[in-house]
Amino acid sequence: MMNFSYTRAETVAEAIAAVAGDPAARFIAGGTNLVDLMKYDVMKPERLVDITRLPLREIEATDAGGLRIGALVPNSDLAYDARVQRDYPLLASAILAGASAQLRNAATTGGNLLQRTRCYYFYDVATPCNKREPGSGCAAKTGVNRVNAILGTSEACIATHPSDMCVALAALEATVHVEGPNGPRVLPFAEFHRLPGDAPQHDNTLAHGEMVVAVELPAPRFGRNHTYLKLRDRLSYAFALVSVAAALEMDGEGIAEARIALGGVAHKPWRVPDGEAVLKGKPATPDSFGAAADVILAGAKGYGGNDFKIELARRAIVRALAQAAAGEPQVQSDKTVN
Amino acid sequence: MSNIHPYVGRATSRVDGPLKVSGLAQYAAEFGAPDLAYAAAVPSAIAKGRVTSLDVSAARAAPGVIDVLSHENKLAFPEDDEPFKNDMVAVPGSPFRPFRDDQVHYSGQAIALVVADTHENARHAATLVRATYAAETPNVDVASAANHYEPPEPRDGIPPTPEPRGDAAGAFAAAPVQVTADYRVVAEHHNPMELQATTVVWEGDGRLLIHNKTQGVVNPKNYICSVFGLDEDKVRLVSPFVGGAFGMALRPHYDVFLAVMASLKLQRSIRLVLTRGQMFTMGWRPDCLQTVSFGADAGGRLTSIQHHAIQATSRYEDYQEPIVNWSGFLYDCDNVALKYELGKVDTPTPSDMRAPGATTGVFALECAMDELAYAAKVDPVELRLMNYSDRDKNDDKPFSSKELREAYRLGAERFGWSKRSPEPRSMREGRELIGYGMATGCWEAMTMPHKARATLTADGKLEVGCATADIGTGTYTILAQIAADALGLDIAEVTSRVGDTSLPMAPVEGGSWAAASAGSAVKSACETLKDELLKRARGIDGSPLANAGLDHVVFGNGRIALASDPAKAVSFADVLKGAGLDKLEADGGFEPDKDFAQTYAGYTHAACFVEVRVDEDLGVVRLARVVSAVAAGKILNPLTARSQILGGVVMGCGMALHEETLWDKTLGRVMNANLGEYHVPAHADIPDIDVVFVDEEDGSNPLGVKGLGEIGIVGTAAAVANAIFHATGKRVRELPITIDKLL
Ligand SMILES: Cc1cc2nc3c(=O)[nH]c(=O)nc-3n(C[C@H](O)[C@H](O)[C@H](O)COP(=O)(O)OP(=O)(O)OC[C@H]3O[C@@H](n4cnc5c(N)ncnc54)[C@H](O)[C@@H]3O)c2cc1C
Ligand code: SF4
Repeated sequence: MMNFSYTRAETVAEAIAAVAGDPAARFIAGGTNLVDLMKYDVMKPERLVDITRLPLREIEATDAGGLRIGALVPNSDLAYDARVQRDYPLLASAILAGASAQLRNAATTGGNLLQRTRCYYFYDVATPCNKREPGSGCAAKTGVNRVNAILGTSEACIATHPSDMCVALAALEATVHVEGPNGPRVLPFAEFHRLPGDAPQHDNTLAHGEMVVAVELPAPRFGRNHTYLKLRDRLSYAFALVSVAAALEMDGEGIAEARIALGGVAHKPWRVPDGEAVLKGKPATPDSFGAAADVILAGAKGYGGNDFKIELARRAIVRALAQAAAGEPQVQSDKTVN
Repeated sequence: MSNIHPYVGRATSRVDGPLKVSGLAQYAAEFGAPDLAYAAAVPSAIAKGRVTSLDVSAARAAPGVIDVLSHENKLAFPEDDEPFKNDMVAVPGSPFRPFRDDQVHYSGQAIALVVADTHENARHAATLVRATYAAETPNVDVASAANHYEPPEPRDGIPPTPEPRGDAAGAFAAAPVQVTADYRVVAEHHNPMELQATTVVWEGDGRLLIHNKTQGVVNPKNYICSVFGLDEDKVRLVSPFVGGAFGMALRPHYDVFLAVMASLKLQRSIRLVLTRGQMFTMGWRPDCLQTVSFGADAGGRLTSIQHHAIQATSRYEDYQEPIVNWSGFLYDCDNVALKYELGKVDTPTPSDMRAPGATTGVFALECAMDELAYAAKVDPVELRLMNYSDRDKNDDKPFSSKELREAYRLGAERFGWSKRSPEPRSMREGRELIGYGMATGCWEAMTMPHKARATLTADGKLEVGCATADIGTGTYTILAQIAADALGLDIAEVTSRVGDTSLPMAPVEGGSWAAASAGSAVKSACETLKDELLKRARGIDGSPLANAGLDHVVFGNGRIALASDPAKAVSFADVLKGAGLDKLEADGGFEPDKDFAQTYAGYTHAACFVEVRVDEDLGVVRLARVVSAVAAGKILNPLTARSQILGGVVMGCGMALHEETLWDKTLGRVMNANLGEYHVPAHADIPDIDVVFVDEEDGSNPLGVKGLGEIGIVGTAAAVANAIFHATGKRVRELPITIDKLL
């Protein structure tokens, strides 16, 4: 870990100015990811701008009937907020599927969006990694890639985005409110994270100095038929090998609308609208679910150690849709998959 | 025994518990010293080759840096191997020496040491050392090792691979029921909570006080004195507490070597704490390929056992553990062929890890027994009873005691084994397939020579001690229990001390021998002390005990009283006062009974029963229940004993389902060298564990103790794997059994 300077911002504008004006500066929120990366010398900011004192800790109702979640709302506060539990149980469930209670207490909403990949090579500065050191190569492609991506990969990088929360936010079509040196912007969730392409060093579409100030949820939907199903290498406290956020609007026995987002398989939460469309007007049967899975996973490619994820993802989609259709969401505290 | 023993055998809370929970227990990295400097080791980026240049200028210029050491400016140490073999746990070969030269033997090897004024400055400067390398292609996979060989020089202290008996190949060929299968146990690292660390206190005048994380203070002290040519009287090693070790702190590691080197060179106190990542640059449970073949008659009686293991070792040493030996005596069979080979890889030398050898070998043996149960259509418990051995045919000796039959019975009963329907996939609830599996565990009951001292002070308090370690097993507590019983004292009046080279000699704490050996030595010291006390009590003017012998008196409540008339007594305090002493000291010792060991084979046994639930489509495994029935001689303290078995079972569950050191085969580097990605079980993974001890009388030592530190892990992984087969019909022969293997 290298030495760095530390300042505590009092206003959003001050924080943005401090970071935007210094290429070696970074925001720090809960620090649960950034501090680890600094200890491993993966990220070497010379200046940390602590944003935890900024007034971004509220969860407020919006005029559109949704919720606006301040970027500093801790993951656990968000998961246990009564409105979220009642109206967005899919989001609450996804958050509680992640990390540990201690980490969720410290981790923030904005930090969760910006957490970096868990590709083993990214964390080890003695290895080639295009995301950490553009142009150095990608050791994961031929190495230990059990946790890596099967969709949307590139020659340069096969990393995944590790968040659980973001998978639910993708399914719920949240928007991300950003402020930066050039003013505010609002991004649809699908446009917040990006695929690696030939610039895997960029996880998302934020410019340097831009800050996430809030995440907005549209008016509640899918309150009854939803689930977050996370499959991992132990029953708790491990990142997803594959996770599925599924939300359905039922029309009698049939499906009126479906949202399906996958975690652990790509550089961003993976949604395929064509795959969701397959389910429209279809009965809630394993055949329908399988047909949707086929479209969602079209083009999936394994790299040896992660080949199994293709079949696992297929089965996880089918099961998650069954859970959602039955109105029996996965319970995160009970490790039996229902 | 003239005294009642109120403590031994009774659940007794850890005497060191309050120190541990209040944070007052001091570990190696927590001892201070005036003028302490902090060191950080610089790891090599390559796994094999040479360091061609080392640029330390930026590191030297960094804030607070005092010195940077490497092979280029090291303190001289001997070139030959012998001084480095002054290590009770050394294995054949040429021991690793940090900074010996520019050679890199494994990824993460320390190539430089930065010493600075603070831990943070040292860690930072360590990242500034720039090395260039001439790299060679490493191989870290035992399966692709150039050749496999039987170790030319056997390792001291472990049983040799038994000679073949009968005609295993012929009997196999003729057997109506045959089972042959390949198994793989993957590399694991111990990952105790406490990091490997050393604090060297420079006391001046050539004196060093060393605090080093170790499973036996005598070992690193001898090693350090030997390699740096230090006077044994000037070096003291003190390590009262160990935050878990599981075998990784048996051998001296590079932390103590480098910290002492820096201390000698800079003539000041030094602390070196390795990082979690560097915990993967030392001993590990070696990767092992195994083939087990059974021939049996139609009913399942074994007629042939063949077990072949190929285990990884480093290029520079032939680390060995008994992997195949168990197959020679756990079941009764006259045609046995066992073969144990090594394959060299570019890694650090593996080391003993909880039940080394047995954990690996019994996994294969017990999975193969399960396969035989299905092949011969016999219940797995029945099969084991049918092939039960009453004699260790490896050495042709009877067992000193073996209540395994009772362990099977009791374990099966508590588990409800009779409710199992034999067919795979025949039990389910909802989407979950239910599997019942079982396996046998076995570990050697060992003892080692120990010395101990008992000291009674004028205030009536007793201190007992020896240079063994308490690696979290409860040694402090059982020594206090034994001593309190011997002198009839309240346990609160007894202090036990371990982990200090100024205490009487003890070997490293490993192999589950400490309770029996250190305990017996303390008991012997206490017996001598009683003798000395009585002698002096008799000599007091007008002593009521004037003619009493040891058989006529009772020690209790701080007094020696006549058994026939307890009113006639002399207090310990009066004995000391009468003799003009402020303390009375007695030495004791324990020597393993060689005749007994020559006559009998000593083993602990366990029967492990596991219920798993497996999601039929997704392959998600949940452990539902574990019952571990253990036969391990006398149980000194049911509380700490149960904890040892719980820990072993959890580690076995982790071995079955989670633990795996993932090496990048091209880079020769461990890629999950942290506790986030090296998975051990989380609470959610571990079900109710029912531990039950079977009564067993054993005569191998005065306490009747056999040891409990390792038996809990042996067989557990096989029981889990067997339960998964019963649930799913899938036989997974390579650990860990992760979700992808069950799709
Ligand atoms: C052992 C472990 C296990 C974990 N397991 C899981 C898991 O299973 N599932 C899961 O989803 N997550 C998991 N996590 C990750 C955890 O959710 C993230 O570390 C956390 O959400 C990051 O939030 P933070 O506030 O601590 O971010 P920080 O570490 O403070 O910051 C992370 C990054 O975001 C930037 N940043 C922070 N806030 C803002 C903002 N408002 N605007 C712009 N940039 C910002 C920082 O500059 C930094 O680059 C795990 C973490 C650990 C350490
Ligand atoms: S997958 Fe991406 S993050 Fe991982 S090594 Fe390759 S470039 Fe780096």
